[in-house]
Amino acid sequence: MTDDMSRYPLTLEGDDAPMVRFQNVTKKYGDLTVLDRLDLDVGAGEMVTIIGPSGSGKTTVLRMLMTLETIDSGVIYVDGEPLTHMERNGRLVRANAAHMRRMRSKIGMCFQHFNLFPHMTALGNCMEGPVQVLGMSKKEAEERALELLDMVGMAEKRDQHPARLSGGQQQRVAIARALAMRPKVMLFDEVTSALDPEVISEVTGVIRALVDQHNLTMLMVTHQMGFAREISDRVCFFFDGSIEEQGTPEMLFDSPEKERTQQFLSAVLEAN
Amino acid sequence: MIGWKWDFTAEILPRLGLATLNTLMAAGGGYAVALVLGLIFALAQRTPFRPLTVVTREVVEFIRSTPLLLQIFFIYYVGPQFGIRLSPWTAGLMAIGLHYAAYLSEVYRGGIEGVPKGQWEAARAINLSTVQTYRRIVIPQALPPALAGIGNYLVGIFKDTPMLSVIGVAELMHAANSIGAEHYRYLEPYTMVGLIFLAISLPTAWLVRRFETAVRRKLGLIK
Amino acid sequence: MSYLDFLAAHSDRLISGTLITLAQFVLAALVAVAAALISGLMKLAPLKPVRGVATVYIEIFRGTSLLVQLYWIFFALPLFGISLDKFTAGFVTVGLCYGAYGGELVRGAVVSVPKGQWEAALALNMSPLRRMWRIILPQALVGMLPPWGNLMVEILKGTALVALISVTDLMFETRQINNNTFLSAQAFGSALIIYYVFARFMVTPLMRWLERVMARKIGRA
Repeated sequence: MTDDMSRYPLTLEGDDAPMVRFQNVTKKYGDLTVLDRLDLDVGAGEMVTIIGPSGSGKTTVLRMLMTLETIDSGVIYVDGEPLTHMERNGRLVRANAAHMRRMRSKIGMCFQHFNLFPHMTALGNCMEGPVQVLGMSKKEAEERALELLDMVGMAEKRDQHPARLSGGQQQRVAIARALAMRPKVMLFDEVTSALDPEVISEVTGVIRALVDQHNLTMLMVTHQMGFAREISDRVCFFFDGSIEEQGTPEMLFDSPEKERTQQFLSAVLEAN
Repeated sequence: MIGWKWDFTAEILPRLGLATLNTLMAAGGGYAVALVLGLIFALAQRTPFRPLTVVTREVVEFIRSTPLLLQIFFIYYVGPQFGIRLSPWTAGLMAIGLHYAAYLSEVYRGGIEGVPKGQWEAARAINLSTVQTYRRIVIPQALPPALAGIGNYLVGIFKDTPMLSVIGVAELMHAANSIGAEHYRYLEPYTMVGLIFLAISLPTAWLVRRFETAVRRKLGLIK
Repeated sequence: MSYLDFLAAHSDRLISGTLITLAQFVLAALVAVAAALISGLMKLAPLKPVRGVATVYIEIFRGTSLLVQLYWIFFALPLFGISLDKFTAGFVTVGLCYGAYGGELVRGAVVSVPKGQWEAALALNMSPLRRMWRIILPQALVGMLPPWGNLMVEILKGTALVALISVTDLMFETRQINNNTFLSAQAFGSALIIYYVFARFMVTPLMRWLERVMARKIGRA
């Protein structure tokens, strides 16, 4: 696919520049177009929730931001700089590994299945990145990790391995692990989907506290409509690889304009 | 430098070819012994008669924990001490068959133990005898998953036949040693033996894998 | 002559042979672990030539007999200018042979570490080398230890073949005793027992212990 790179700016500048920008981003798996020319801006400190039926490309959005997936065309910007590309002689070219490593340090992610490192304790999980990647001293990393574990209510379980923790506890440690890297953007990919109903509130409580107390930019994919409504600044409804409708939670949940949005919401509400 | 001689290689090739036949025969014979004896070992460990189970288990462990080469020597040399003279071929096939029977019994056992308990209970519920249960219910289900292991030990036995050269079985390694001693040249015979082994074991291993995939597909384990 | 007399008369040979076998085993095991790690990881490399080298090594050593390899490395390799003394040739060949089997174990274990672990390590911005060394390999290790236990016993048994290039290990000394005394049952029987005790009561328990330690370290026990 040819994509005229000159229409993408080299950097995003100005006070109103978004923290995250997807510009004309397309992602395909073979013949299947997962995301079709997506444009999406997320402002600094904004909490944006992505909802939609499975297969609508919502998780792909987060995975591309974490560089777990490549994109086929378009450019993603984070914190003013291109993430998927980099500047070479005044034009944008595909990002190399070094550029992606530098950019990745701005982003943290929590996964549906937690993906804690089973051979490390809760504390070890939270210290791994700071010590190994950021080069922090063990002492400093431990202090910070304990602070974060305390914040997610897991301080007394710090010496437990993941296998000894419940799903809700593991997810809380995973959030602390991601925060320990001091990201500017946090991604939550269906973080409550693998949890038993009675422990979901442990995790949503932590995310709520994050929103209230920190000025993080967040993107969240979830099936918890109530939580999305309560916590989001903006909700995007994805359908078939693009944004069908977006707006404040009140707008989207109370008076959706598009028929597909209405159908989806009524189906989900009925299931609940 | 190395001085590989092609004419010498050509000269010894017929002799190595003939010895290859002996190698294949030794492998086939040893495998036949191992297949049957292995089944006996496996079933003996499933009898309700506890001493038999325990003794068989220890015998299998013992065979698996000691070198085949030593077992070959033991069987070949200990007989004459008590007045039983075994030919190299008989002793060799016994040793290699016994050794691999121990391994195969583990494969069989794994297969049998992999059959869910409910199958035994269902067989009991329709009043099948023990023999019928094995023949009609258990073995048909135990065999397919065990096939890969069973096939791999065919390749394993084949690769272990050179050890029979130490008691004078005229297989490939034996032929290569004789050629080397006669001509004071070891490079060509040993290299050719290596290549012959590769030429036989690689395709066999590939076939075993293909076979395993085919069986798994047939069982619906993979698409 | 009772069996005790036999043992008393030949204990020096049996003991020195056992020590050589022990040395061959330990050294061969080290070579095998190193060869397995290197070849197993090479097989996962993104570059095709790197994978190719590992595949050739693994297929050659798994496709031929240890005895053929031993003879070739001891008798034919010197013609290429690489001469190893028999002791070195012995443990190196045994190690390389079983390292090829181990390489497949390493590859399989690394591949079976869940994909989410790679992704989480990437999300923490770890370099590829760190991801492998700190996150993936420790988990792969736990998964592959049980088959390594069997492989270690195979390595021990494999060292018996070094007697055929005249390394004076237990197998070699036993044959010497047999040739001198014709007491085959006693000679070979003693060696069988020594190998058995070695495998069953030293190598296997050691590996089981290692499994337990690693399982505890990873928090699965």
